Amino acid sequence: MTAHDPSLARPNAPVTTYRYDAFDAAFVRERVAEFREQVRRRLEGKLTEDEFRPFRLMNGLYLQLHAYMLRVAIPYGTLTALQMRRLADIADKYDRGYGHFTTRQNLQYNWPKLVDTPDILEALAEVEMHAIQTSGNCIRNVTADHFSGVAPDEIEDPRPTAEFLRQWSSAHPEFSFLPRKFKIAVTGAAQDRAAIMVHDIGLAIVKNDAGEIGYKVVVGGGLGRSPFIGKVIRDFAPRADLLAYLEAIMRVYNRFGRRDNKYKARIKILVHEKGIDEVRAAVEAEFAAMDRSVFAYDPAEFDRIAAFFAPPPYETLPADSQKLRAARVEHPAFGNFVEVNVAPHKIPGYAVVTVSLKPIGGIPGDATSAQMRALAEASERFGFGELRVSHEQNIILPHVKQDDLFDLWKLLDAAGLATANAGLVSDIISCPGLDYCSLATARSIPIAQAISKRFSDLSRQRRIGKLGIKISGCINACGHHHVGAIGILGLEKKGQESYQITLGGDPTFSASIGEILGPGVTAEQAPDVIEHLVDFYLAERHEGETFIETWRRIGHARFKDVLRREGEDGADI
Amino acid sequence: MALISDGRFIDDVWRRLAEEEALPKSGKVIVSLARLDHAIEVHGPGVDLGVIAPNTTDPAALADALPKLGLVSIVFPAFADGRGFSLARLLRRAGFAGELRASGRLLADQYAHALGCGFDTVEIPDDIEARQDETQWRAARDAHARTYQRGYVAPGSILDARRKAAAQ
Ligand code: HEM
Ligand code: SF4
Repeated sequence: MTAHDPSLARPNAPVTTYRYDAFDAAFVRERVAEFREQVRRRLEGKLTEDEFRPFRLMNGLYLQLHAYMLRVAIPYGTLTALQMRRLADIADKYDRGYGHFTTRQNLQYNWPKLVDTPDILEALAEVEMHAIQTSGNCIRNVTADHFSGVAPDEIEDPRPTAEFLRQWSSAHPEFSFLPRKFKIAVTGAAQDRAAIMVHDIGLAIVKNDAGEIGYKVVVGGGLGRSPFIGKVIRDFAPRADLLAYLEAIMRVYNRFGRRDNKYKARIKILVHEKGIDEVRAAVEAEFAAMDRSVFAYDPAEFDRIAAFFAPPPYETLPADSQKLRAARVEHPAFGNFVEVNVAPHKIPGYAVVTVSLKPIGGIPGDATSAQMRALAEASERFGFGELRVSHEQNIILPHVKQDDLFDLWKLLDAAGLATANAGLVSDIISCPGLDYCSLATARSIPIAQAISKRFSDLSRQRRIGKLGIKISGCINACGHHHVGAIGILGLEKKGQESYQITLGGDPTFSASIGEILGPGVTAEQAPDVIEHLVDFYLAERHEGETFIETWRRIGHARFKDVLRREGEDGADI
Repeated sequence: MALISDGRFIDDVWRRLAEEEALPKSGKVIVSLARLDHAIEVHGPGVDLGVIAPNTTDPAALADALPKLGLVSIVFPAFADGRGFSLARLLRRAGFAGELRASGRLLADQYAHALGCGFDTVEIPDDIEARQDETQWRAARDAHARTYQRGYVAPGSILDARRKAAAQ
């Protein structure tokens, strides 16, 4: 192997994503072969179900309510058209023709068979994909800003860092049997789109006064039963120290994280119980004691990886597309799509497109195999063959020429993928809930569908503006409800589904955990209550204020009154 | 009990001393952590000492004893409890050069992890031995021929291989 030029290695491949070299490919194949062996030994009884569990989880395989569930890693959310097609093929061959994109930039298949999973993993390996460490008590698939490399507010593309971390964390000898799962997210922009404050470790790429690039390291964030916002453990870790510093955090957590109670085994509890200063002291002591020479930063290796994420061959274009302007006027539906789902790109004449996987009344995050193929085609025709998965469960086309937006829209529209609601009230994040999940205490998909239908009028949604609703089917908070401007948590009370509503959650740098509105409401009442809250906001908001800004300004109590008044009106809430 | 070294089941030359059993005049014996200080003080020249240590042991508390020990056996109370891996790393870092043994409930599938963290041998109970023979231990070890980490005991660090290839 030589340090290679990715575009030479594969003439037609996009040049904007990491490509496996022979070592990466062999590594993933080894993992597939190992898992095939483990499945065989499980079926022969050489491994008990208890013993098999961590190994199947480390390969993304859950045992769910109705069937196995396979979670495929989409490292830092980046996908190629080829990979997207393969995901579609697997959905057809081994599942029921669809997949579910998740808040952790993964894809879940809900119906695979145990005996098929080694073949699925092999089919993934052929296109440089895997399901390694998408579950289990190890360092999970690393997530990153879905606008990486194209956001105008970016300091540095976080994906080379995330790829470094993917490799470092894969089959780590020391940290594959941690007290609990461990999630790392990276952002490189002024605005946080990766929710780094609610991860076990959040990394923000920053520049210090000397102009050097490094990382602000946040630790101990997380949702679930006890939600916490992460705390800064290091304001600046130089790039050369990053892996050693992370290794020091992991070692402290592995040794001192609680193991007596799985709800208290997360690093957020360690940070909460010991305090950030004590954890910092332990980490710094470990960092000082360790042999850092083995982590000696290899700039050539960083550059090798970073080169894969180099910008694609953009054309030089005027900042403003006449064609786009005309089409917007002529086709109002397209105009709305542009207004809502299209974001600025750092290169003049280009745009970043969010493809909503939240059709009105649909299942958030679900895509059929036909839609996956349409997305693959869209990316090839209009976006250098590259796609992203966002933690909002949508798909991003990161490099679309403004001139091409109209044709792209027509393609998407034909595939049922042109819902113009990105970031609006029907762009709901929802976990699978009681429809699939064995841990659920309530349904969440039908609640999302009901709210989405209630707000089906897209012009009304645009008037309401950006507003994130997030729904989880139990306290585990897979749907991020704690950080939703409006969060909805499904609970079971006396054999009845009940939904607790929180307001004021925020997943960005200004992170906050939502506050509980009042007593739970029933599934039937949920859309009414949400609607009243939204109406109240519309009545109270100042010009240009978002929901959360209004909530912060006028205070939680006033919003609580809305619910209380309803109760007095006779509704049983 | 079976003892695995280098992918084979071998005989154990060490003997675990029962708590009430007196220290012998000669031989390789493993004592509990509670008895260690006393054993170091009184053992005769013909005795090789080893210790069995819980995975929560503070490496600093063992620091003085380490140069006098021929073996440290770290207990894995459950295979999913990975603290022993970090402790092994810390003992190696403290300069321990004797036999580092994992005992308790490690599974074949974790063999490569154990070797990577500096263990030499793995001692498993009968019920695991009955289901996981030598071939499975070797297969699991060989399944991890390549690793992305540096600083761990591993035959094939991908990062090193890449550096070498790039230098050529
Ligand atoms: C269907 C099977 C699933 C199971 C059994 C499951 C299980 C869990 C559990 C047990 C937790 C709590 C972890 C803790 O707080 O210690 C959790 C949290 C979480 N899960 Fe899931 N989950 C499932 C599906 C999903 C899906 C579909 C998504 C994405 C849509 C997801 C994303 C998350 C996230 C983001 C968290 C919050 C992590 C945090 O504490 O910061 N999970 N999940
Ligand atoms: S929040 Fe609960 S119900 Fe929803 S996917 Fe997670 S574990 Fe399942």
